[in-house]
Amino acid sequence: MSSRDAPGTGSPNGNSATDAAAAPCSCGHNHDHRQTDQQLAAEPDPGALISARGVTMWRGSREVLSDINLDVRRGEIVTLIGPNGAGKTTLVRILLGIEHPERGRIIKPASTRVGYVPQRFEVDGAIPMTVESFLSLGEHTTLKAIKAALEETGAAKTINQQLSKLSGGETQRVLIARALLRKPNLLILDEPASGVDFTGEADLYDLIGRLRDKHNLGVLLVSHDLHVVMARSDRVICLNAHVCCSGKPEDVSQHAAYARIFGPQAATVLGVYRHHHDHRHDLTGEPKPLAGASPTGRGS
Amino acid sequence: MFDWPEPFVWRALFAAVGLAIIAAPLGCIVVWRRMSYVGETLSQAGLLGVALGLAANVDLTFSVILAAIAAAGVLTLLSRQQMVPLDSALGLMHHATLALGIAAIALVKGPAIDLMSYLFGDVFAVTATDLYWIYGGGAVVVAVTLYLWQPLVRLSLHEDLATAEGINPRLPRAAFDLLLAVVIAVAMKIVGILLVMAFLVVPAVAARPLSETPERMAVLAGAMAILGVILGLWLSLSSDAPGGPSIVIALCTIASISLLAGSLRRR
Repeated sequence: MSSRDAPGTGSPNGNSATDAAAAPCSCGHNHDHRQTDQQLAAEPDPGALISARGVTMWRGSREVLSDINLDVRRGEIVTLIGPNGAGKTTLVRILLGIEHPERGRIIKPASTRVGYVPQRFEVDGAIPMTVESFLSLGEHTTLKAIKAALEETGAAKTINQQLSKLSGGETQRVLIARALLRKPNLLILDEPASGVDFTGEADLYDLIGRLRDKHNLGVLLVSHDLHVVMARSDRVICLNAHVCCSGKPEDVSQHAAYARIFGPQAATVLGVYRHHHDHRHDLTGEPKPLAGASPTGRGS
Repeated sequence: MFDWPEPFVWRALFAAVGLAIIAAPLGCIVVWRRMSYVGETLSQAGLLGVALGLAANVDLTFSVILAAIAAAGVLTLLSRQQMVPLDSALGLMHHATLALGIAAIALVKGPAIDLMSYLFGDVFAVTATDLYWIYGGGAVVVAVTLYLWQPLVRLSLHEDLATAEGINPRLPRAAFDLLLAVVIAVAMKIVGILLVMAFLVVPAVAARPLSETPERMAVLAGAMAILGVILGLWLSLSSDAPGGPSIVIALCTIASISLLAGSLRRR
C-alpha cells in the first residue's frame, strides 16, 4: 500500500489537534454547508450532464467518500480540489462507471457523452503507438478529424510521433484531442496538469477554458494544487472524503474549512496568480506575447 | 545436390510455422502487459496437466489447457491479495508448479519416464494429429485474437481510459488467458514447457524496435518467428542439436540483432 492510500483524516498541515477535536468530521469546522445545501437539493438537477447523490465508498475500514452530492452542468467548469487521499480519483472513477459506489447513485442522462482525460497517462515504451494510431484506436474517425482535433489542442506537430516520447504537456493535449474526437458534452480531467510546468499549466487551463467556451462543454477538473486552477473555475468543490465546502472560488478560498485543510496561506492563493505574466511559452518553450491574457472562466 | 527433406522435417516445419503465426500477436500483448512471468507460470502449470492427463489417460493437449486455465484462475485470485506483491506470489507458484509437475509425472509413470520431451519438446516427433491441433485450434485462436485485438490493445495501453470509454475489461482478459492456455498446450509439443514463452515473447521483443504501430509489431513478430523457425530447424538438422532449443536460439539471435540495430539507429 502506498502512503497516499494510508488511512488518516488527511491533514496536510499536520494540524492534528484540529483533527482530534473534530470527532465526526475530519475537517473540523462547524458544518456550515450553506453553499452546498443551496445548490444541491436531494433531487438531481434535471439539466445536469452528470450528478452524484449520496455517493459513499469504503476502502477497508476507511470511508473514502461520504455522502457526496455533485452536479456538472453545460458550460460550467467545476473544480474538485482536496489533499492527496481525499477521494478525488475514486469519485472520478465512480462518475465514469469504472467503480461502483457502495451507497448512492450516479445520474447520467443518455444524452451525456463523456470525454475522459486520465491522470498520469504514462505510455509504456513496450507498446509502439503513434499519436495518429492512438487517436484512431477504437474510434470511427478520419485523418481530417484527427488533424483538426490536434490543431485545436495545439499538438498538431505531434501527429507522427511515438506516444511514449511525448512531453507531459504534449501528452495531455493529445489526450484532450482523443476526448474531443468522441464529441463529448462533458469533459472529465483528472489532474491534467501533473507532469506539466507552471506556465504550461496556465496554458493548459487556458485551453480547457477555450474548449468550454467553443463547445459549450461541462468540465469537471480534478486538482490537488491550488495555483491557477481556482480562478478559472465557475465552482470549486473542496473534498476531503466529504464535501467540506463548495461554491465560487472567491467564497471557497475564504471558507474556514478550506483554510483548515490547505493552511491559512491558501486563502491568499487567488491573489497569487492574479499577477500578470508579461509573456507565456508555447509548446516548444519559446516565449510568446500574451494574447487575451485575462484568465477565462471566472465566476460571474 | 539438394535432397528434398523427409516427411518428418516437413511436419516439423509446418507445425513450427503454424505456431509462430498463432503466437506472434498474443506474444505482443504478453509483452505490452508485462506478463511474461505470468505466462511462464501458466506454462509450467502445464506440466501438472501432463501428469493429470497421464493419470486419467486423456489427451494431453486437453489436460494441459485445463491446468493452464486453472493456474490463470489462481493467479487472478493471487493478484487480489495484499499480503505479498504479485511478483513474489508468481515466484512461489512458478517453482511450485514446476516441482509438483515433475514429481507428479514421476509418480504416475515411474522414475524412468523421459521428462526431456515435455520440458523441451520434440519438434521432429510431430504427428499428423498434432498438425490438426495446431492448424484447427490455431485458426480459432487467430480468429478470437483478431476479434478482441482492439479492446486488448486499448486495455494494455490504459485500462481506466479503455473502461471509461465503454470496454468491459473482464471478457477480453478472461478470453486472453484462455487463448494463452491453448497456445501453451499446443506449443508444448514443439518447444516444450520450459521454452514455450520464448516462442511468444522473443519475436515480440525482436519486432519492437522496428515497429511504429501495434499492428505492425504483431505482423513483424510473426515474420521474425517464421524466420527463426526456419533457421532453427536448419541449425538443428545440420548440427544434431535438439529442435526446440535450436529454434529458440535462432529467435534470440534475431532479437539481439534487432535490438542492437534499433539502438544504433536511435543515435
